Amino acid sequence: MQASPLLRAEGLVTHLFTDSGRVRAVDGVSLEVRAGEAVALVGESGCGKSMTALSLMRLVRPPGRILEGVVEFEGTPLLPLSDAEMRRLRGGRLAMIFQDPMTYLNPLMRVGAQIVEAIVLHQKVSAQAARTIALEALERVRIPAAATVLDYFPHQLSGGMRQRVLIAMAISSRPSLLIADEPTTALDVTVQAQIMQLLAEVRRALGSALLLITHDFGLVAEYCDRVYVMYAGQIVEEGSVFDVFERPRHPYTRALLRSTLGPDKRVASFTTIEGQPPSLIAPPRGCRFHPRCPEAMARCASESPPRFGLGVGVAARCWLHAGDAPAGREVAHG
Amino acid sequence: MLFYVARRLAQAVPLVFVIILINFFLIHAAPGDPVFVLLGSMDTTPEFVERVRREFGLDQPLWVQFATYLGKILSLDLGYSLRFQEPVLGLILDRLPATLLLMGTALTVSSVVGILLGAIAARRPYSVTDHASTIVALAGYSMPVFWLGQIMLIVFALHLAWFPTQGMYSLRAPSEGWGRVMDIARHMVLPVITYSVYHLALVYRLTRVKMQETLALDFITTARAKGVPEGRVVFVHALRNAVLPVVTVIGLNFGFMLAGSVLTETVFAWPGMGRLLFDAIGARDYPVLMGLFTVLSLMVIIANVITDVIYAMVDPRVIYR
Repeated sequence: MQASPLLRAEGLVTHLFTDSGRVRAVDGVSLEVRAGEAVALVGESGCGKSMTALSLMRLVRPPGRILEGVVEFEGTPLLPLSDAEMRRLRGGRLAMIFQDPMTYLNPLMRVGAQIVEAIVLHQKVSAQAARTIALEALERVRIPAAATVLDYFPHQLSGGMRQRVLIAMAISSRPSLLIADEPTTALDVTVQAQIMQLLAEVRRALGSALLLITHDFGLVAEYCDRVYVMYAGQIVEEGSVFDVFERPRHPYTRALLRSTLGPDKRVASFTTIEGQPPSLIAPPRGCRFHPRCPEAMARCASESPPRFGLGVGVAARCWLHAGDAPAGREVAHG
Repeated sequence: MLFYVARRLAQAVPLVFVIILINFFLIHAAPGDPVFVLLGSMDTTPEFVERVRREFGLDQPLWVQFATYLGKILSLDLGYSLRFQEPVLGLILDRLPATLLLMGTALTVSSVVGILLGAIAARRPYSVTDHASTIVALAGYSMPVFWLGQIMLIVFALHLAWFPTQGMYSLRAPSEGWGRVMDIARHMVLPVITYSVYHLALVYRLTRVKMQETLALDFITTARAKGVPEGRVVFVHALRNAVLPVVTVIGLNFGFMLAGSVLTETVFAWPGMGRLLFDAIGARDYPVLMGLFTVLSLMVIIANVITDVIYAMVDPRVIYR
């Protein structure tokens, strides 16, 4: 057990109250990110991973609502904070970048003005000094002719450049944690690699931690230290990247890894997961994965498996491990 | 930018020509004979009628009349009013400031208030306040202007006597300085409100919808994620984006407001172009009608060019070519 983590979420529940019913997008999620570390939150589309990220930032908008749980950042519980206190953290110590750089910049504001706005909100500096800091941030994300780009409007930049601008904006106040929600999904493959390299580089330079939300196990293997696997609103497996890739404990993780096409794999060994991800309005009883699980047992359909701790920082939410857990059920973090 | 403005103006020239053409033939296609209006109810012989017709050039073929008319317009001669026996241009220019004052005030008030209310309503969609204001706006949107004007007159001018019933100034008020300004302002209150209601409702409804759409966009999330306070998110990040289509509609509405000036100015006996137009229709005063249509069309065209220019200034994605 190390010193208290940078970010800790415990039993986080965020539901969306839509016209067609209550969507249990985040249903009891616990995770932690330690200072300087890169953590991945992996899952299929619609499993609630983006909603988890938004909940951590307290950016959930109606019809969504955070119902319960604890989120602690640098030792401060975030959920009881006032809106003003929360705003001081957002974009300051706690920053976030998003999926689609084409739509996440204000089309009517110059790039420089958008970065300067973030800086002025979090650092007590003059507009002139903020501009210098913005320029440094753009140079740090390797934007060529950064001084010129400051005066550009977003539509004058390519997708990759815009994502760099968003990263520059997010790191301009040197956050201790950067949450990146599928930062490369909307980009060309070649640009994807550049952006991920850049994120790793920036992280090293600033000593920030990274929480990478993704569906791409390839990115996880290459850029992260630890991984949380999410399925239907719950964390089903956690562990170091090495552990999870070598010895996946949850049948869902195994299926997910089998359906990833790596350079060392032949197409013949590529499989897909049978069935559809469950509806989060009426998730299956018992284990949420049991209808698609090749290893399902009788109790899986009736009893929801708890989180079984399987060693330091390793856990899975699966009945297969009911006998393996060293200290019985519900082992604490660590 | 200057080149862009010049180009938009140049594009408007053929439009002006076509409008003058349409105005001219539209009026001539209308039933009724101006000669009889001119002569009134006095007993005349057919010979006399013919003579008057010849004197005013009304016996010439239409295209000759049009060519003459176009030539005159280009030399800023809009003809002579049959009714007032005065140059049309002078008649219009006399009334232009009164209309511009009333319309400009109404357009500004309704646009600014409508946009602000719309932006505020969009922050709490589907709340009680939102529903209530939507119903009020719908009422304002569907209320006939002449009816609203009459009601305003009866309630606020006749019964409560807060405001004067008609005209632009009182005879006993000071004819210059602050006193005069206040006197005109008092006279403007009711017509401006009457004039604004429809337009305000329209701008409010449009802004509200556009703001709701804009507030759901991704860059708003970015703004919130970097810690921008909610007020700034709404009024700086969202409003400027949401207001773009509203600007277009306000510009387009300029024409409808001009048309609306006929009703408002008639109800409140406001000495403007709308009133002149109303009187000219009653008197079949062709030169005044055509002159007014030409001037009004020019104003609408200019308003549209101004709208385009404002749009280009607000939205950097418009290319000045």
